[in-house]
This record gives sequence, structure tokens and C-alpha cells, in this order.
Amino acid sequence: MTPKKWGLSTSVDAAPGRSPRQAIPFLLPALLVLAALVLYPLVFSLIRSFFDATGDEFVGVRNYVDTFTDPRTLTAFRNNVIWVVVAPAAVTGLGLIFAVLTERIRWATAFRLVLFMPMAISLFASGIIFRLVYEEAPNQGVVNAVLVGVHDMFSPSSQYPGARPREGYTATEAGFAANKPVRAGDTVMLPLIGFNPQQVPAQALPASTPQAGDGELRGLVWLDVSAGGDAGKVDVIERGLPGIAVEAVRDGQVVARTTTGDDGRFTFPDLAVGEVTVRLPRSNFELPFRGQTWLGPGLITPVIISSWIWIMTGFAITFIAAGLSAIPRDALEAARVDGATEWQVFRRVTIPLLSPVLLVVFVTLVINVLKIFELVFVIAPGSVQSEANVLALQMWQVSFGTGGDQGAGSALAVILFLLVAPAMLFNIRRFRRERS
Amino acid sequence: MTLVAEEVRIDVPVSGAPRRGVVSRVFGRLGNGFVQVLLALVAVFWLVPVFGLLIASLRDESANTASGWWTVFTKPAELTLANYAELVANHAVWQSFLNTFYIAVPATILVVVMASLASYALSWIEFPGRETLTVVVVGLLVMPIQVALIPVAKLFGAFGLFGTITGVVLFHVAFGLPFAIFLLRNFFAGIPRDLIEAARMDGATEWVIFKRVVLPVAKPAIASLTIFQFLWVWNDMLVALVFADQDSAPITVALRAQLRQFGTNIDLLATGAFLSMIVPLAVFLLFQKYFVQGVLAGSTK
Repeated sequence: MTPKKWGLSTSVDAAPGRSPRQAIPFLLPALLVLAALVLYPLVFSLIRSFFDATGDEFVGVRNYVDTFTDPRTLTAFRNNVIWVVVAPAAVTGLGLIFAVLTERIRWATAFRLVLFMPMAISLFASGIIFRLVYEEAPNQGVVNAVLVGVHDMFSPSSQYPGARPREGYTATEAGFAANKPVRAGDTVMLPLIGFNPQQVPAQALPASTPQAGDGELRGLVWLDVSAGGDAGKVDVIERGLPGIAVEAVRDGQVVARTTTGDDGRFTFPDLAVGEVTVRLPRSNFELPFRGQTWLGPGLITPVIISSWIWIMTGFAITFIAAGLSAIPRDALEAARVDGATEWQVFRRVTIPLLSPVLLVVFVTLVINVLKIFELVFVIAPGSVQSEANVLALQMWQVSFGTGGDQGAGSALAVILFLLVAPAMLFNIRRFRRERS
Repeated sequence: MTLVAEEVRIDVPVSGAPRRGVVSRVFGRLGNGFVQVLLALVAVFWLVPVFGLLIASLRDESANTASGWWTVFTKPAELTLANYAELVANHAVWQSFLNTFYIAVPATILVVVMASLASYALSWIEFPGRETLTVVVVGLLVMPIQVALIPVAKLFGAFGLFGTITGVVLFHVAFGLPFAIFLLRNFFAGIPRDLIEAARMDGATEWVIFKRVVLPVAKPAIASLTIFQFLWVWNDMLVALVFADQDSAPITVALRAQLRQFGTNIDLLATGAFLSMIVPLAVFLLFQKYFVQGVLAGSTK
């Protein structure tokens, strides 16, 4: 592919009228643009980074010192380190696994097409996609919807989230416990408030005070809607609350347990002599599980990394698959003939032969990660953006966003350039080696 | 990097029928079925987020606030094109959609033209410093655009280009050139020497050789470059964020303001994002071979 004939071109120059000058019209447009908009800016940024925000005063390395002491930039550094350590390795690994696995299926092309598709769309759109995926409300974000679904399968959510007794009860770890003890023969009136009457189950019947029972503790749990009635009294429109767990507690031990009926009544038929405390366990009123706060400060960077993995894996697969197909079959067969197991062949022959390709993929991904900007910009909500910050975003914010300090911004740009510089040398060395 | 354009295709690496390779022996007993199911699940996993966005863009605001897109399976009647109608009727958004074309098309044409010319000189005209120049271009491949944002903003300010489509285009051209030259130079340099020599013997000028010999042969590489560069510019946000104003903003920047209230703006954002994706997805599906080649060759960008 690459030419190996650089030394042989004298014959070309020998042709009449051929001179280096003929290269000028071909090169000029590109060179002018590159010089004015890439090379000159590089030098300018370098110089500018030693001047203050206004650009008038030379401040030496102060912008760099400030950069390395500014907590926001340090967060950005920390996040960039997390990105570089985690993301490229994860994508290279996934790419290798899938590339090897797709050798086995007939629809490999279709599979790669699907996984490659995110490369075609903008990081902005990918950001919106994942903002929606991780949206906190379980009725909007699919991840939390799945989490809540799974959670509720194992521990169903409570029937009356947020409801509480009107008065005379104390909230404890176990639930709402009555302040006054009662005994068999008493009637417990338990008005609940803080719950939307429209969410009372349809089978609920009108509430009415139970008769005191001989030797039984009876009671009523109802929704005490104070509007249009007396607080703490059973009014005609009020309904009992079915399905509420009630416990009778003596000396800290639960001695009896029951559940209210459709009319909201409950009965403890055989309580032994002595006082008990009525308690409504917390499980009645537990607020529903709402999933994780993915887009909060704690998880924001892993979340954004996951979206990047979604975008880049297809690239890694395709690149590595191309490398795999270039491995000479003979090498693999020779190892097999020598009695190597498949794992040994993979580990000792395939991987070493593939390692130049894996290195290129890895380096490419590292460069990509260092420049990450849009994904953080779009996925992290404004309030946690400082927590998800990365250098490229910080550079934009400092120079053009809220900061407006182009001295500090230039310093960040130079730092970014220095971080990418090893990759630059890597590319140049590869290029030279390929040609020689 | 090494895998130059025509060597890499998304469908090539599978050499013929699925062969009994590493995996089939490692997973031998688990059988093909396991791999099939696993990869099918992975593919579904990859598609679900996009599908969710598509459905969200087809439900109105109240439906999106009330329930997730997956309820569409029980209530397909909720689907509507109203969001798209609304977005297209919104002058600012529609203008930004057009702006995206006004930016991406010239930026692509200019890069292809300038890079073809330069690559020809770098591969077929002998001149002093050619080697150095080529290496500089290779070095520029990974240049972060951040180093140019502040100086170019100043430069554009001085020339009245700040906040104009021309400015955005020029910046994209500058940062598209290194990769474009790299890709085309590699391809041009691989053209058989005899072809060029024969033309020179016939007394053809460099311009004629470039036009009549090199360009026709290089069509696949130019196609890859065109598609790659077009999508690269189309999908940009950062450059436009800095250099475009309200009237010259592409769709990514125009939609940015809606990000603040994500939860209540899902209908608008999903629709806008999907509108911005339609063009790249169409280009990708129609020309996937060329696009994949371009991405793989230009991965270092």
C-alpha cells in the first residue's frame, strides 16, 4: 500500500519542465488554511497562556499554577484519569470479544452494522439518547423503570405511601406506635391523613365505628379527609382503608398481627390479659422505590462512560475484526498441529499477532477520550456538570462559558495539546516505520 | 491508521462462511446457539436506546411526561407526528437544520478539493521538504481543536467572520485537512507508477495527470473522505458553539437551550435529536462501506 520508491524519483524530475515549483499551486490552498488556522493558533495559544485574562500583562506560569490549584480543574483532571483508565480498555476488550465471537455467526455484517451505527450520529444526539435512558423518573428513564420493576417484583411497594396517623402516634423504626396503651375490649379509632382519597382502593367501604367487643380489641383505620367533615371523627363520606397491617405490641414484642378489612376494621380476637400498644408497621406507608439517581453527582461519570462505550464499541470491533482476518491461518494451524489447546492458540498466537492492531485501537480511543466534550455537556445536568467536568469542557467554560479568562483557557488548551502529543509522536513513528 | 482505505470493510473480515475458529473450539460444547443468543441480545441492547428516542419523538408532551416510551406497546394510538410538524414550523429550529447543510456541504467540498490537490503534490511531485511536510500533516492528525479556539476566534473577529457560517466552515476545513490529506496521500501514493509515468511521457501537465489519471482512480478514497467529512461536520457541536451566532447555528447548538428542562422537554429534544440524526443515519445506511472505511482510516482524529 505505502510507496517504497521515494529514492527513485530522479527520473521524474529529469523530464523536461518538471520542477518543484509545480507543486506550489497544488499545495498552496491547503497550506494557507493549515498555517493560518492550525499552526499559527498553536503558537498563539502557547504565548497567550503566559498572559492574564485581558491579554495585556505577562504573568509567566501563573495560569498553569492556577490551573493546577483550581478545584474545578482538578476535578476535571481526576475525571479524565478515570476516563483514560477505564474507558479505552473496556472498549478494546469488548471489541476483541465481539470481534472473535462474530467470526462464528452468519449475520456478522448485520451485527457490526448495528454496533457501528452510533458512530454515524452526533455525540449531541447520543447524549440526548442516554439522558433519556438514565432519566431519574421511572416513568421516563428506561433503566430506572427496569430497576423499579425488578425491585417491586421481589418487594411490592406499599399501598398507602406517605400516609400517617392524625395524632397520638409516634413514628419509630418499626412504624407508627400508639402513645397510649389499650387492652382487650377497647376500640381503637385510627384516622389517617396525608393520602390522596382518589388513590384509595376501589373495594374500600364506608367507614363506621365498630362495636366494642367483649374480650376482643377492635378498631378502625380510615382516611380522615378533614374537608367537609370533622377532624378525627368518622364522617359519612369517609371510607375505611383496606389492607393495612396492624400489630399489637407488648414489651417490645409483637404478640398479634392482623390486616384491616374492606371497611377498614380490624380485630385482635384473643389477646391475653394486659395492655398492648397498637402499631402500624412502616411497610404500609413506605414511599415507592424510585430507582437510582443516575444523573446525580455520584454516578454521573460512570453513566457518561457507559454511553461512550455504546458509541465506540462498534469501531473497535470492526477494526479488530479486520486485524483478525489478516492473521495468517498457517500460524494458527501450526500451533494446533503442535498440540496447543484452543485457549493457548488464542492466548499465545492470536493475541500477540493482533497486538499491533490492539495498540492502535487503544491509542485511538485514548485520544478520543481526552477530547471528550459533547457527551459531558449534554448528559450531565447543569447542577452536576462541575462534578462530571473534563478538561475539554473546562477549557470551553473557562474561555467562552462563564469564565471568560482566555489566559487560563489557553493554558488548558496547551495542557490538552501536551497530553495528546505522545499520540502524535506515536503516529509519526508508525508512519515512518511503515514507509521504510 | 495502518489499515488504509480499501483494505478495511465492515463485511470483509469474515472470510467466507463462518469458519470453525477460535471460539467454536473454546466454546465447543456450549455450541453455536449460545453465541447466537448472546450476540442477538447485545444487538438488541444496542438498539433499544435509539428506539426509545424514536418513540419518544413520536409521542406528545403530556404522553412523555406521564409515562415512558415503552408504554407504546400497550397504547400505540398515542403515536403522532405532531412534534415533527411543530419543530419544522418553528422558524429557528428549521433554520438551524438548513444551516447544518449550509455548513456541512461547503466544508466537505472545500476539504475534498484542497486535500486532493495537496495529496497529489505530496505523492507525485518531487520538491524539497516534501518528507517533512508529510510528517507534519501526520502529526496534525490528532491536534485537539481546543488549541485553536481562542486564537481563531480573535482572528475571525478581526476579519468579521465571527458568528458567520463562513467562519464555521473555514474552521472545519482547517481541522478536516490533515486527515483528508493523510487518507488521500496514502491512496494516491499507491497508484501504479507506470500509470503516472506513461502520462508524463505523453507530455501531460501535472494538472492533466491529476485530473485525468489520479482522480478517476481515486474515486473510492474520495467517496470515503466525502462521507466521513460530511458526517464529521454535520455532527459537530463544539466548533459551532464557539464560532456560530444565533442565526448561523446548526441544529445541535440550536437545541442546546432546551437541555435545561430535560424532563419536560423530552418531546422537543427527542424530536430535534432525531431530526438531526436522520441525515447521518441515511448516509450511513446508504454508504456504510465508504463510511466505515473513512472512520477506520481516520480514527486517530
